[in-house]
Amino acid sequence: MTQRQAMETWVGVFVVIGLAAFGVLALKVGNLSSADVADAYQIEARFDNIGGLKVRSRVTLSGVRIGRVKEIYVDSNDYRAVVILDIAGRYANLPADSTAVIQTAGILGEQYVALDPGGDESFLKDGDQIMLTQSALVLEDLIGKFLYNKSDSGEGK
Amino acid sequence: MKLFALIGGGVIAHISRLGRASVFLYRVFLGGWQIFTRPSLLVHQIYAVGVLTLTIILVAGLFVGMVLSFQGYNTLVDFGAESSLGLMVALSLTRELGPVLAALLFAGRAGSALTAEIGLMKATQQLAGMEMMAVNPIERVVAPRFFAGFFSLTLLATLFTAVGVAGGHFIGVTVLGVDAGVFWSSMQEGVDFHDDIVSGIVKSIVFGFVVTWIAVFEGYDAVPTAEGVSRATTRTVVNASLAVLALDFILTSLMFGDV
Repeated sequence: MTQRQAMETWVGVFVVIGLAAFGVLALKVGNLSSADVADAYQIEARFDNIGGLKVRSRVTLSGVRIGRVKEIYVDSNDYRAVVILDIAGRYANLPADSTAVIQTAGILGEQYVALDPGGDESFLKDGDQIMLTQSALVLEDLIGKFLYNKSDSGEGK
Repeated sequence: MKLFALIGGGVIAHISRLGRASVFLYRVFLGGWQIFTRPSLLVHQIYAVGVLTLTIILVAGLFVGMVLSFQGYNTLVDFGAESSLGLMVALSLTRELGPVLAALLFAGRAGSALTAEIGLMKATQQLAGMEMMAVNPIERVVAPRFFAGFFSLTLLATLFTAVGVAGGHFIGVTVLGVDAGVFWSSMQEGVDFHDDIVSGIVKSIVFGFVVTWIAVFEGYDAVPTAEGVSRATTRTVVNASLAVLALDFILTSLMFGDV
């Protein structure tokens, strides 16, 4: 009897971890909670173009990761992208006039939000908005501009 | 003339074998209701087929995930695209490696055991003895094994994939220093629940069906001698592995052909 119970227990364990593995796979596709940003507070930044920024992309200050992108949507009033940033609670002293820039790691790497601290004496609080932003660099636009300038100077000659 | 007779004989032998296998499958399904009246038979077989295969599946999954992560990193880092490592590992595992490798290992570990067990029962006339006692050996012996294998492989393939992703995460994030958030976010961005995970599970269900079908049929159809059982066991592993690979190609072209 005990041997049989042991066998049944093992089958039970097998089925449960099998289903748990399925749960992990399914959950991983949805969203894993951003648990690695400790007692986060949210600030908002608006960009004209976010390029390839994704939810859960890094937010850095002087190159050090201090948070993650929590949410991205478009404000239907002014057609600008609104990016909600989760910033770890221990970096609660960001000056209110800080700048948010979307930068690219390497030339083809993933994009992230780099914060540049300003000189204001008041700090950004939960729910505040970063006023000074700089959009993602879109390589195609840059090439387009370059070609345009080139042909302009060609005509001037 | 002799050559044609040889070819003809071979074809007829194969087709009649296929016919016997189909009739056998039909009888297994007819006997399938037995597992509801005596679930302990099924539980016992899930233990023998599933739980005892767990070790090799988990270890193999972990190492496949780790190797995949190493190799993927080495290639991707040349293009500055190591942020896609998580996506690469997860897609390879959910779509292909999880179901296929789990099925191949399962054929080697559990399929061969099923064939040998049933074949030996036949060789020692236990199956004939059951029939004498008016116990249907297909209901009593074959059906629980068939459904247990079918069910176990689906769970084992899922576990293989999950453990593989964990192994890939360990190498990618802990050892090679890819950012954990990027690893997971690229994975979540690119892996679709329906297109990738469900497709992988459908594959593992099909493989489980075919591998256990071949295993129990080869055992039941074995020549009842020591040599016959050993041949049947070999045929199980070879045929089941080939069937898995061929079906994988067909399923992949059906599922992902138009993506």
